[in-house]
Amino acid sequence: MTASEHPDDTARDGPELDGPELDRILSETWGDKAGLIGWLTTVDHKRVGKRYIVTAMTFMLLGGMLALIMRLQLARPESGLITADRYNQIFTMHGSTMMFLFAVPVMEAFGVYLVPLMVGTRAISFPRLNAFSYWLYVFGGIMLWVAFLRDVGPDIGWFAYTPLSGPEYSPGKRADFWAQMITFTEVAALAVAVEIVATILKQRAPGMRLDRIPLFVWGMLVTAFMVIFSMPAVTLASSFLLSDRLVGTQFYNATEGGSALLWQHLFWFFGHPEVYIIFIPGLGFVSAMVETFCRRPVFAYPVMVAALVTIGLLAFGLWVHHMFATGLPRLGYAFYTAASMAIALPSGVQIFCWIATMWDSRPRFEVPMWWVVGFIITFVIGGLTGVMVASVPLDLELHDTYFVVAHFHYTLIGGAVFPLLGAITYWFPKITGRMMNDRIGKLAFVLVFAGFHLTFMTMHFTGLMGMPRRVFTYPAGLGWETLNMTSTVGAFVMASGVLVFLGNIVASLRRGAIAGDNPWGAASLEWAATSPPRPYNFAHIPAVTSSTPLWEESLPVFSGLRVKQRELVLTTVVEAVPDIRDPSPTPTIWPLIAALATTGLFIWSIFSPWALVWGAIPVGIALTAWFWPKSPPRHGREPVIE
Amino acid sequence: MRAGIVFLLGLALLAGCRRSDRSMTSDPHAEGGSGGANRSAAQQGDYSTSAYQVSEGARLYSWMNCAGCHGPHGGGGMGPSFMDAEWRYGSSMSDVVRTIDGGRPNGMPAFHDRLTGQQMWQLAAYVRSLSGLAPTDILSGRAEQMSGKAPFTQRKPDKPAKPGEPY
Amino acid sequence: MRRLLSLAPVLLLLSGCAGAQSMSEGAGFGSQQFNHLMLLFLVVTGISYALVLVFLTVAVAGRRNEGGEARLRSLLIGWVGFILIGLVLLTVASFFSDRREARAGAEQEPLKVTVSANQWWWSIEYQNDDPSRVVRTANELHLPVGRPVQLNLVSGDVIHSLWIPALAGKQDLIPGRENDLRIVPTRIGHYRGQCAEFCGLQHAHMAFDVAVESPQNFAAWYAAQQQPAPEPTDARAKAGHDWFMSHACANCHSIAGTPAGGVTAPDLTHVASRQTIAAGTLPMSRGNLRGWIANPQGVKPGAHMPAVGMTADELDAVASYLETLK
Repeated sequence: MTASEHPDDTARDGPELDGPELDRILSETWGDKAGLIGWLTTVDHKRVGKRYIVTAMTFMLLGGMLALIMRLQLARPESGLITADRYNQIFTMHGSTMMFLFAVPVMEAFGVYLVPLMVGTRAISFPRLNAFSYWLYVFGGIMLWVAFLRDVGPDIGWFAYTPLSGPEYSPGKRADFWAQMITFTEVAALAVAVEIVATILKQRAPGMRLDRIPLFVWGMLVTAFMVIFSMPAVTLASSFLLSDRLVGTQFYNATEGGSALLWQHLFWFFGHPEVYIIFIPGLGFVSAMVETFCRRPVFAYPVMVAALVTIGLLAFGLWVHHMFATGLPRLGYAFYTAASMAIALPSGVQIFCWIATMWDSRPRFEVPMWWVVGFIITFVIGGLTGVMVASVPLDLELHDTYFVVAHFHYTLIGGAVFPLLGAITYWFPKITGRMMNDRIGKLAFVLVFAGFHLTFMTMHFTGLMGMPRRVFTYPAGLGWETLNMTSTVGAFVMASGVLVFLGNIVASLRRGAIAGDNPWGAASLEWAATSPPRPYNFAHIPAVTSSTPLWEESLPVFSGLRVKQRELVLTTVVEAVPDIRDPSPTPTIWPLIAALATTGLFIWSIFSPWALVWGAIPVGIALTAWFWPKSPPRHGREPVIE
Repeated sequence: MRAGIVFLLGLALLAGCRRSDRSMTSDPHAEGGSGGANRSAAQQGDYSTSAYQVSEGARLYSWMNCAGCHGPHGGGGMGPSFMDAEWRYGSSMSDVVRTIDGGRPNGMPAFHDRLTGQQMWQLAAYVRSLSGLAPTDILSGRAEQMSGKAPFTQRKPDKPAKPGEPY
Repeated sequence: MRRLLSLAPVLLLLSGCAGAQSMSEGAGFGSQQFNHLMLLFLVVTGISYALVLVFLTVAVAGRRNEGGEARLRSLLIGWVGFILIGLVLLTVASFFSDRREARAGAEQEPLKVTVSANQWWWSIEYQNDDPSRVVRTANELHLPVGRPVQLNLVSGDVIHSLWIPALAGKQDLIPGRENDLRIVPTRIGHYRGQCAEFCGLQHAHMAFDVAVESPQNFAAWYAAQQQPAPEPTDARAKAGHDWFMSHACANCHSIAGTPAGGVTAPDLTHVASRQTIAAGTLPMSRGNLRGWIANPQGVKPGAHMPAVGMTADELDAVASYLETLK
């Protein structure tokens, strides 16, 4: 043994080290400590991803309950069920919870869980940052909900237009809690986006060229870039708002040279890409499920990728369509109408490609495919009403009415939530090792689908009959009573479907049929891992020769990685040629502590600007401990970079 | 799973705690006339520590043209400044309300019958905040107007003007 | 079956979507344009949706097709072409519709009205070259049919939006900006407008009445509005007048021809001639007027009108006075 060789160092996976012995060693290297300590210190992307999914779904349920309360209030005209103040808090919380605490996090959560598995690596990039982002997200969500339950919840709408949300017209700390929640969730989202980009571009399995990565991974890549470019705009906007409210800056004060419209530009520059950030991963889900259940790759893969990238780029050029009623120059509006119409093209192309895939194959209509079909039927309606509100003369009537509420629920629920529920059914076996019940799944679909259309199709007409949004009640005699009652009934039908779906999850966790590694017969790499995957994902890093690796004759593997230390192989960006080895961090408590310190800083800064100075100290200490370089081991080691 | 449910129930219990009270309805017959000027200590607290009531006071300050004598942000003019620590007739909530209600010598008109009791309490809460007598976490940093002064949340009371000096 | 369910509301549509606040009234040039353009959009998008459904149905339930890659490729090109043509058609149609509406009534001298929105009521001022002929009112708009009205929109506090669906599209009232909205009413009738941008607590109760009248009726209304408030002759009304002037009311409200000159609340000079009170919240009636004055916070919690303590007698007197202000 030379000075640079050591038993720990020579142990590499390969033909000599395989099977149960390899599993034992790798589990020890990649596993967590037992119990609570292990739970708090884990940096395993699968455990963090599961946490993210469960938390996001909890927020979805909370947001859904708020929606039911709203629908109860609106079922009858001039109902006295909820006061105006409470209702304004409720609809603000509904929108904020759904958009910031559910929709984006759940999509990122699936990315965190699935992307490393799909690209054939052992861990996500920056795993400690991943853990940190989860804690920050959940602390921010808890802060907002505690504020709401203590009657200091925001009441300014999820979009918080100034000057209503400014210091004069929103007294107290309500708007500040909202604005700081933005900071929490956007930092978390940005962190996850960075990890996803790095994982996809540098940690793919050897041979997985860019034209061989699954469409879901393409979707997550585009989404992550969109997050990176759009989130700073809203963080800036909310920071300006906090600054106006706390220390009296004039960003949004027209009398002192600021502008109320500045808020709208900054917010919608983020807000429009945001809905595509929510929607594109849904498209990725659909592609994955269609490929599996049609037993063939999606038709016209390059066209699909081009469509995803086009949507991602175009999404940044549309934001003024939220501001058509503000009195900006009409010629400028014409550009945004054209751009908003144009984005229908790539979406329409994708819809064609999925249906074409089904047409040119023998699809199996398992429950996930029911959700896919439901998605097509529903989302296309939303896209088409979107084309309507892209037109300025139409939008000037339809803006801020229930027609728009119908439009965005069709696109968000039809385009993101339906695929999400299908995705949960589809990947449940992989995540938990059990299948969800088939018949209950179909019942849940029928209830949710029927309830959804009953609720929201009606709202198109409610809007056309002149009912504005964000009203806690409405007068009798305008013809809105029956429509509103119908929507309320539909909402409860839909809620029952969601409960059935939830019940299916709970029952299947205990009594679902045991799933094998690949119960659906899918093609992508995550199905090569066990169900649920081992802590180290793959015993050997797979090598890939096509875009459907599991449908090839065999799955070659790449061996030679160290097994006694956490080690990954990084590959080149386009061709995925193995490049260097990279160590991966071990479990640590510092991400949690740093998140707690950051939470303290953020919450304290709602009350005092000095928090930015004094609160930075614990954060600095935590980050220093986190990044403290590990000293090299006492025994010699081969250089890591080869 | 169980921990999650317990946590959610705990959150729900918090719904019972009221952080801020924004009661808008008040018994109209308790208002108006001199009856409005009398409030219990608890009710006084409601006004002086409520962000909503202080902001209503700010609105009324502008609407009732208090600025005409006392300056746009209470800096003083024909009438005394609210931004210093000197309160000729007392700075407690009931003192200030009595000043508004009954007027004072040297020019402060009586707003008895011109303002409801609730409005007087809201004004009192606001003008006291200009002097740093209100907790800063209920104050807004600024108003949506021209301003020439530091934000309200950062204010410390001015030194009182000496006779013959500009305030 | 599910698809049939979602068609049911379409049948509702056929049964009539009319209403004082409905776009389908088409009582103004703008809303007529909207209805025509909407029809075009419905046709084009409806055809697109039908195509998607047909393709989906064939794919799900049809016979299996092998080796259709080439056919699918040409279908895709056709689909892209169809979408492009459709989108260009709709964009161009929408552009021309917008231009048509901008030119409507351009050759006529518009009636000029300044609307100032506040939390949660509308201040309306009919402009006139002669300042003594300016009409100030609140929460109502009377318009002569066929004549364009140029609304100059300003806000006194937060962002609001003026919207009369039966007549035209909306426009925001933004503090620090002046916006313009030109409406050409084309049919006589009574309509309802409502604030369409969330503006706080009582956003839901910030509406106003719109009366489109013949030019003669409008001129008569306008002339009546220019008169100051009549002197009360009845003893009860006189007592109410005196109470009004010496208590909190006169601080905020104005009544032309009396000492009441407040600007922070609606002008009451001709309040009794209005259809509704509290910005469209309550229909005008003896009971509602009394109920509103006695306890505004019960009707519209958070509104800036306080509950002024008064005895039942005083209330009746003040209300009687206000009822004389036609």
